[in-house]
Amino acid sequence: MDKMLIVSANPHIRDKSSIAKIMYIVILSLLPAIFASYWFFGFRAIVLILIAIVSCVITEAAIQKFRKKPVTVSDGSAILTGILLAFNVPANIPWWIVMLGSVFAIAIAKQAFGGLGYNIFNPALIGRAFMLASWPVEMTSNKFWTQPYTGETMDAISSATPLNLVKTALKDNPDLKTIDILAEKGVGYWELFVGNVSGCIGETSFLALLIGVIALIILGLVNWRVPFFYIGTVYIMTWLMGYDPVFHILAGGLALGAFYMATDMVTSPISNNGNIIFALGLGFLTVSIRVWGGYPEGVSYSILIMNCLVPLINKFTVPKKFGFVKPKKA
Amino acid sequence: MKYTFSGGYHPPDGKSYSEKMPIEKMPSPKIAAIHLHQHIGAPSKAIVNIGDEVKVGQPISEAGGFVSAPVHASVSGKVKAIAKIADAAGNKTDAVIIESDGRDELFPGVGEKSDYSQFTADEIKKKIAASGITGMGGARFPTHVKLSPPAEKKINHIILNGVECEPYLTADDRLMQESPDTIIEGLKLMMKVTGAEKGIIGIEKNKPESIRIMKEKTASMHDIKVIDLEVKYPQGGEKQLISAAIGKEVPSGGLPMDVGVVVSNVGTANAVYEAVALNKPYYERVVSVTGESITNPKNLLVRIGTPTSELIEYCGGVKEDVYKVVNGGPMMGAAMYSMEAPVHKGTSGILCLSKENAAVYEEQPCISCGKCVSVCPLRLVPTEIQMNVQFKKYEEAEKLGILDCMLCGTCAYVCPAKRNLVHYFNIGKAKIAEMKRKK
Repeated sequence: MDKMLIVSANPHIRDKSSIAKIMYIVILSLLPAIFASYWFFGFRAIVLILIAIVSCVITEAAIQKFRKKPVTVSDGSAILTGILLAFNVPANIPWWIVMLGSVFAIAIAKQAFGGLGYNIFNPALIGRAFMLASWPVEMTSNKFWTQPYTGETMDAISSATPLNLVKTALKDNPDLKTIDILAEKGVGYWELFVGNVSGCIGETSFLALLIGVIALIILGLVNWRVPFFYIGTVYIMTWLMGYDPVFHILAGGLALGAFYMATDMVTSPISNNGNIIFALGLGFLTVSIRVWGGYPEGVSYSILIMNCLVPLINKFTVPKKFGFVKPKKA
Repeated sequence: MKYTFSGGYHPPDGKSYSEKMPIEKMPSPKIAAIHLHQHIGAPSKAIVNIGDEVKVGQPISEAGGFVSAPVHASVSGKVKAIAKIADAAGNKTDAVIIESDGRDELFPGVGEKSDYSQFTADEIKKKIAASGITGMGGARFPTHVKLSPPAEKKINHIILNGVECEPYLTADDRLMQESPDTIIEGLKLMMKVTGAEKGIIGIEKNKPESIRIMKEKTASMHDIKVIDLEVKYPQGGEKQLISAAIGKEVPSGGLPMDVGVVVSNVGTANAVYEAVALNKPYYERVVSVTGESITNPKNLLVRIGTPTSELIEYCGGVKEDVYKVVNGGPMMGAAMYSMEAPVHKGTSGILCLSKENAAVYEEQPCISCGKCVSVCPLRLVPTEIQMNVQFKKYEEAEKLGILDCMLCGTCAYVCPAKRNLVHYFNIGKAKIAEMKRKK
């Protein structure tokens, strides 16, 4: 046998998984949410998602070319960032804001840190924070849909998001019941659950996001502890403080944040215990911002704050190794 | 009751190639190259000279210390040379090269039955030491040393490792089906030597025939128990097997005897029986020659020192698509570059793997998915240890437990970024050992 053989370190067989496979499965799991965004906000939602994807992919490829690094856009991570970023904008935002937000997300939050795997913050959320700081009016002018989109009422009813609405109403009269405030606008738990309310295009449908995340949990790509403890903390805290816990879970960006942003592998802790601490922190910060902050929504900033704590959490949650022996005091 | 351990993963097991093939005695080789250092510990010292006539089973070296083991001639013939040749891992070390006369004459006394029930514990231990028996898996620790714990360490259990959790390998499985009685006798001998009250034989559930036979044979023995373990790699790791069998964790940096256990391979038990009852030193073993790229997969009884190329030839040669040849299992074995490297005391298999299964991948950046952490059977954080080694922070890697790592490769197997974790662990361990020597 005079054939040249390969010699390398063990193991000699490898699992067939890959980063690209993970990314594309996550993208597929977002299809129900993408469909929901089309259903409730119209074709423009799809256009915005496509603009974000194209901007993210081109930015990533251009930077990698410029840095003379291998171009890795085929791994799907830039596509995923694009979709998640677009999910964070209202339907009637000018398209160029989405484009600039995408460029910022990839260039600053991801590539400036060294690319995939090295970023500290979730790029899509950095993109959102950038857009919110730069174009606050455009980012928060929502259409309040009480009926599924029909094509005729595009600019007919314009209103605040449910979170904003409830927060303002409770400020004026703390004795009001959340469900009654919503009922006035023709919204109930069901509308909040399916996503037939005002908000960013990808965040309103709890149902569509839930379908996607359940698939990811079953496939082992999402650690169930993060959404479970995050949403659980929000529920218990708001309930203890006398707010409507069901409303706080269904409204705003909690589903999108808890299912897809906080579970981003790169920017979340490694171990199970680390993820639980991370999720508890997220829940606490989200409720704090929503209740005491000047801003109705607290999910994205909570996640960005907890992102910076991940290295610290990792350091303190190193699992106790097999056969651990307490070191003897010197 | 479910017998298992924390962490681990079950890769496709690839056992179907050779699990139905009965053990076949392979003809002895024309030339046998027997390395003097086939075990953990001090190398043995040659006691033959070039030109000497040797017979099968004749000792050709003596132990180079307590933690050492002699080697024996596996063919009869003339010592042609004592020279440095490459072993399976690619290291060039001293070996006695014997040219066979084709007669396979036995050394006087070898194969003679004795009434071993009269032997004392010390006599049995001496027989084992003189027969050059070592562990038959990866580490090849001399068996007589394992059986000689310091007086304050009481041994309660002898656990026989019939797990064979490495994919592809079927040598232990076949041996348990074909020689259950000698394995059980070997276990009894080891219990006698150590004074252990209980014997446990651990077998993974994917070997139902072995479990059935072993349970049947031990049914009337109240001090020997067969346990069927959940199918998960690396269930056959010594520490994992102990934790699954008796629920105790061997302390970090410690040995099985710290929890009153000696673990031995089923093949080792068989060799112990042969050494004590038949006066037969350890000069041949069962090897699975398997994989998708070998023409006729087989389980062979092979003389130690047989060149790998002869095993492959005997099995009909490799197929066109062969990409990697591995000595041992696919998870922990050593990739070979020379087919002349001989079978050693720990060669459990010769695997011929195709590119489809043994592809070498480009490393991608770690995305902190945490898979390596969830599968690590020692509950370490492989990705962090790897990065510390990569950036030469060896002390940090040591703090994170790199010395506990047994290089099982489960983390690297599941890594979606295809990071070569074990490669870095090898480097890290070597560097730390070097630093300690300098101190």
